[in-house]
Amino acid sequence: MANALAPQKTMTLGEGGLALTFVALALLSLVVAAKAYTPEYAFHAYLFAAASIASVFAIINRYYERPAEHPPLTIGDKPNYNMGPIKFATLMAVFWGVAGFAVGLYIASELAFPSLNLDLPWITFGRLRPLHTSAVIFAFGGNVLVATSFYVVQRTCRARLAGDLAPWFVVLGYNFFIVIAGTGYLLGITQSKEYAEPEWYADLFLTVVWVTYFLVYLATIMRRTEPHIYVANWFYLAFILTIAVLHLGNNAAVPVSLFSPKSYIVWSGVQDAMVQWWYGHNAVGFFLTAGFLAIMYYFIPKKCDRPVYSYRLSIIHFWALIFLYIWAGPHHLHYTALPDWAQTLGMTFSVMLWMPSWGGMINGIMTLSGAWDKLRTDPVLRMMVVSVAFYGMSTFEGPLMSVKVVNSLSHYTDWTIGHVHSGALGWVGYISFGAIYCLVPWLWNRPLYSLKLVNWHFWISTVGIVLYITAMWVSGILQGLMWRAYTSLGFLEYSFVETVEAMHPFYVIRALGGLLFLLGALLMAWNIWKTVNSAESAAGRVALAPAE
Amino acid sequence: MSLWSKHAVFEKNSIILVIGILIVIAVGGLVEIVPLFYLKNTIEKVDGVRPYTPLELAGRNIYVREGCYLCHSQMIRPLRDEVERYGHYSLAAESMYDRPFQWGSKRTGPDLARVGGKYSDNWHRDHLRDPRSVVPGSVMPSYSWLEQTELDYKNIAQDLKVQALLGVPYSAEMIANVAVDVQTQATTDSPNAADLAKRYPKAQARDFDGDPDRITEADALIAYLQMLGTQVDFKLYDDKANIR
Repeated sequence: MANALAPQKTMTLGEGGLALTFVALALLSLVVAAKAYTPEYAFHAYLFAAASIASVFAIINRYYERPAEHPPLTIGDKPNYNMGPIKFATLMAVFWGVAGFAVGLYIASELAFPSLNLDLPWITFGRLRPLHTSAVIFAFGGNVLVATSFYVVQRTCRARLAGDLAPWFVVLGYNFFIVIAGTGYLLGITQSKEYAEPEWYADLFLTVVWVTYFLVYLATIMRRTEPHIYVANWFYLAFILTIAVLHLGNNAAVPVSLFSPKSYIVWSGVQDAMVQWWYGHNAVGFFLTAGFLAIMYYFIPKKCDRPVYSYRLSIIHFWALIFLYIWAGPHHLHYTALPDWAQTLGMTFSVMLWMPSWGGMINGIMTLSGAWDKLRTDPVLRMMVVSVAFYGMSTFEGPLMSVKVVNSLSHYTDWTIGHVHSGALGWVGYISFGAIYCLVPWLWNRPLYSLKLVNWHFWISTVGIVLYITAMWVSGILQGLMWRAYTSLGFLEYSFVETVEAMHPFYVIRALGGLLFLLGALLMAWNIWKTVNSAESAAGRVALAPAE
Repeated sequence: MSLWSKHAVFEKNSIILVIGILIVIAVGGLVEIVPLFYLKNTIEKVDGVRPYTPLELAGRNIYVREGCYLCHSQMIRPLRDEVERYGHYSLAAESMYDRPFQWGSKRTGPDLARVGGKYSDNWHRDHLRDPRSVVPGSVMPSYSWLEQTELDYKNIAQDLKVQALLGVPYSAEMIANVAVDVQTQATTDSPNAADLAKRYPKAQARDFDGDPDRITEADALIAYLQMLGTQVDFKLYDDKANIR
């Protein structure tokens, strides 16, 4: 009995308070489940209740298992890093990545072969598409960001992660939010705001998780033993803060009832459109860019063992990027009912944004100065460097597409989809894979199972990305041109459905590209699985035992 | 080199860094969003634009639930080919009661901003049931279950109340009569049609899904689709009125 050995053990305020909060949440969830307007919402309420009860048990169980003393902040003169939540988030990232890519492959196939919708409500394209985007952006990308940020902030601050239960609440709560959001889409619970589909109660829960995330992160920085806050942490901080602001602004909604999953957004029409794309474009700018730039600023220097190319460039890069990005939203609304001045502002700032984006790319790639030979020998580093090259490509393409006259052709077509995926697969995907391939050996203290598999992953995925984005360029530009084609007599040349039929071969090629990308990710999952389960840890030194 | 060393204040003090970030990210959003709440051309009132009837709102909520906006835009741009293909370019006022807006960002299918009246109810019913029976090249999923699912409108009064709270002009009378209005609008030649038309001018009332015995989700969705883009009479609309 642990209790007998440590008689002075007392439950902390955090443990007791959190357990009581979960008891209250469980009771509330059961009431909501009983009175819910729809069975889908009742299902979610039961999920909340089950997760709350499981949390109470987990907290109490952990209390009985743990020693009376809290884990020390330092062991000897070295920080006692808290790696448990990071390990969990890293593995979840791999899981959600594979799941999200698989759903993407399925919906791509649905567009090529619509009979795959199978007449079933929950797998129609309209319900699966948000599942795909949320799974890859928020589940895969989000877990990568949480894992890497918790790792980087501890390492660069030389301090143990703040909080005892809080970091676990962040990673578990975030993944629970993903489950609620994803199952909701399948059941038809959505606000149909792009990339902000979860309904009010999921949004509310995410807000609590996110604020905790911010506090843990900030408190860890405040604990730092290094005088300076490292550049990667600036980017992580901007990402966490801005996403909080965007999330609150874009999801301001009034629920129909506590017992209804449905809510109505406070903004309407043109104002809602502007708020939505202020959110939407900066989800790209801060979630998919600033956060992953933080990964670039830590993992690339670390992996090639060189300092960041230019400290001053990183200062300009940071402030210029976060200032300019926020303005770029209206380029999603060119030629709409949004006033022209706002569209022009959006376009202008999008074009200006090209500069800090390339400044950041240069800073990342030039970090390899003196270590270029490692590109030949280290496939993990190669993946991250190619990722930054993709970043450069898509941040050139983005400003180009934000120019109104280009946008009049590209908007509403697959060109946008291709652009998004060159950024998402090439930049976000590869920098994440690179970070995972770095993190797993560092966290589990053993070498990667196979570098050869990493190499295969790299080449298979790269062929997949190339197939994907070239197919979308051709289909997007083709369809845009077909829509505006006129006959010599001055009539529109093509009916709409003729332009849809012309897309078929490219949709097949795109699905093939997606299949290759998924295969690459499966190789990664296998590689990670073998690494984590290898017996080599016995050989490795267990100098700093992570405290769980 | 003194300027560069000034940056140390952000690097050494996390709270100052946080405040700095917040200020820098606030500017763009404020400049672009706040004016939209008082500029004339974003808050103009246009004759004919009215709140959705309860049945149309229920239909719109199905449109939202199924994620139709992922493939269909509702925003006609003032470009020659779009105006000729879809009709008059969309006005801000036409989506003033849209919560959320459903302008969309992708046209895997055609724009729907003015689809109202373009096809018959029967066409819509067949198209929802099996899109390729009427448009062989379509890649749209089948929505055959909509006409088999009874519309759940027992709580829709609350939807109107919440919208009224947010500033949509739903009167107490409208809220009191939601159930009647749903039934009236989904019925051909209903005796209450005149009352409905008084509350919601130009509301089309008939059995939309071809099954007079039940009010289904297809009734609601088709009622919504058939009113899209039909509220403003462009013979009377003065497109110069808001130019300053």
